[in-house]
Amino acid sequence: MNPVATPFFFYLLSGTMLIGGILVITRKNAVHSALALIAALLAQAGIYLMLYAPFVAGVQIILYAGGIMVLFLFVIMLVNLERAQKERQFNKQWVVGLAAAAALGGLFIAVYTKGKAMFPDRAMPSGLEGQNTQKVGELLYGQYMFAFEIASLLLLVAIIGAVVMAKKRI
Amino acid sequence: METMLHISTLHYMVLSAALFLLGVIGVLTRRNVVIVLMSIELILNAVNLNLVAFSHYWQGIQGPGALHGQVFAIFVITDAAAEAAVGLGILIAFFRNKETINVDEVNLLKW
Amino acid sequence: MHEFIQYVQSYLDSKLTPGAAGNVFWATIYILLVFVGLSVAVIAMNWLERKILAHMQVRLGPMRVGPHGLLQPIADALKLLLKEDIIPAEADGLVFWIAPFIVVLAAFTVFVVVPFGPTHAITDMNIGILFMLGVSSLSVLGIVMAGWASNSHYPLIGALRSSAQMVSYEVAMGLAVVSAILMTSLHGAGLYGAGVASAGDSGTLSMIGIVQAQQEQGVWFVFKFFPLGLVAFFIFAIAMVAETNRAPFDLPEAESELTAGFHTEYSGFRWSLFFLAEYSAMIAVSSIAVTLWLGGWLRPFPNLLHGSVWDLVFNLFPGITFLFLAAMCFYNTARMPKHPYFKIQTMGLAGFGALLGLIGLVMFVPAVFVRVQDIYWFAIKVAAFMYLYIWYRGTFPRYRFDQLMKVGWKILLPLGLGLLILTALMGMRAELWHWAASL
Repeated sequence: MNPVATPFFFYLLSGTMLIGGILVITRKNAVHSALALIAALLAQAGIYLMLYAPFVAGVQIILYAGGIMVLFLFVIMLVNLERAQKERQFNKQWVVGLAAAAALGGLFIAVYTKGKAMFPDRAMPSGLEGQNTQKVGELLYGQYMFAFEIASLLLLVAIIGAVVMAKKRI
Repeated sequence: METMLHISTLHYMVLSAALFLLGVIGVLTRRNVVIVLMSIELILNAVNLNLVAFSHYWQGIQGPGALHGQVFAIFVITDAAAEAAVGLGILIAFFRNKETINVDEVNLLKW
Repeated sequence: MHEFIQYVQSYLDSKLTPGAAGNVFWATIYILLVFVGLSVAVIAMNWLERKILAHMQVRLGPMRVGPHGLLQPIADALKLLLKEDIIPAEADGLVFWIAPFIVVLAAFTVFVVVPFGPTHAITDMNIGILFMLGVSSLSVLGIVMAGWASNSHYPLIGALRSSAQMVSYEVAMGLAVVSAILMTSLHGAGLYGAGVASAGDSGTLSMIGIVQAQQEQGVWFVFKFFPLGLVAFFIFAIAMVAETNRAPFDLPEAESELTAGFHTEYSGFRWSLFFLAEYSAMIAVSSIAVTLWLGGWLRPFPNLLHGSVWDLVFNLFPGITFLFLAAMCFYNTARMPKHPYFKIQTMGLAGFGALLGLIGLVMFVPAVFVRVQDIYWFAIKVAAFMYLYIWYRGTFPRYRFDQLMKVGWKILLPLGLGLLILTALMGMRAELWHWAASL
């Protein structure tokens, strides 16, 4: 199936992501930040679809937007943030932070301008999205089986950790 | 204009770098712990975008089976979920003790 | 102009959905059709729920607005549109405004992949079922936001309870869905047919692919590996009722408990959006259940009762259904009181009956019933689920919240896991037997 209006969708989705990202780091109200992050995550799922990665897009929507962000919203509701909204929002070291981020940005720009020739465009093979889930499954349970088992162990540890951390008396 | 209209891997890399920078700024400058955690999620998403963009690039070279970037991205998403859960648990425990969620008031160990 | 007509006609004899064929015009037409169909279905559900619930409780339900209350949903919609829009004083404006839209968005976007026939879907995504589960989990966000933005304790508690319930039952739903997906990768035909797919041919997450797998294996997944498919179907049927916050799991929005829970502070049009989203979500999860377990658009007994005579009999079902509805309308017209006050209502009911009868007669034309078959069987199965929803509401007492969470985590989740393992064992039994024999 031929892609339709790729530049339009790319700029639309990446604009949503960038605006969402800026809103996340600048809003006083944590719920507004969470909403902006949800918008950014959904736009990212759209970009994954453009990159012929439907399974990752589905996982992003279920886990990130539908799971992690619900968790964030729960915690924001449980923790009373009314007082925090009226306080000073930014650190005392925001100048140093911005300078460090600017240095990192300069590094990125330098690397990308020097390395632009390394990524020539190739023609994409067709029918990529038809077998995506199957191929991801083959890789996940074949070559990366060990990493998969470790990830499940990690999730077990996270469950125990979260339950223990949130208990009143251990 | 031609570079702007034809979306290549470099476009996705620049987008991912921009998101990464926004996340770094959020982590370094905000006081509210929840927003710091959300900025960390932004950073992880930027990394995922980079991985999936490169998986797309390698699919053009090695054929439809070169999905290692996507598998890595799935693991990163799993990781982010685990870390968000534990991080928010720590936040709740801390809030119960100190009744504040500002990062710079977590200074009990300061001399 | 000519190439536009070319473009429109090029799709007409294709064997793909408009999304797969890349045809934007037909995709838009399908989207509009689904939207209109869904709106009509929600309106019909409103009327049906009140009438069926009333008849189960030995009373009549709405009878005044239009003959037998048929125009009641329209009166309700008008009332909701004209009502004053009240926003609580300290409510967070932006979040309060967005929350109903997110819930409606999540409920409606799901229908992009619902298959009404082998090519009658808006698109057939490779990750169809994953997309449906993921997007329907976005409605939890809308509910949490609605409860929080109302700045009042009843909605907050209602939203927290509702979202905790939905998240818990999503896990059980996911496990039941996975065990159905597992069955798509098997080849053997018949009730207990296993036979794992050879390399290169595999199971599928796409909704159309799941129904086609049931068609190939010649058995609906609800009966496959009996009773494993049946238990998976039951787990999903219970979890989907909890997922949509319907009785008996409707504690978060029960009037006697929480004064309508998370949508307490919403009035008029915003409340109607929540209500629309709830019914659409019910239809959406019923569509998942029908596609995964009940064979989607396949007619009953395609193998047992085959041959052109039986095909013709089953093909006549749409027409017979509409004629039956028309007959009920005419019967009730005859029973209307013979008072001049009821003249308009009697004529209205007779006219409605005539309309249904006309549609029924049109459905007897072969050119029509061949095209309508798939959509009809799908719609009938979803309608059966809607009736079950209403029946549950009229029959079961409400679960208390801790009982609800106990059922979700301690009963459905282990059952789903065990079922998944058993389904996998049943599916792989030939390979396991060979391996065990070779030891």
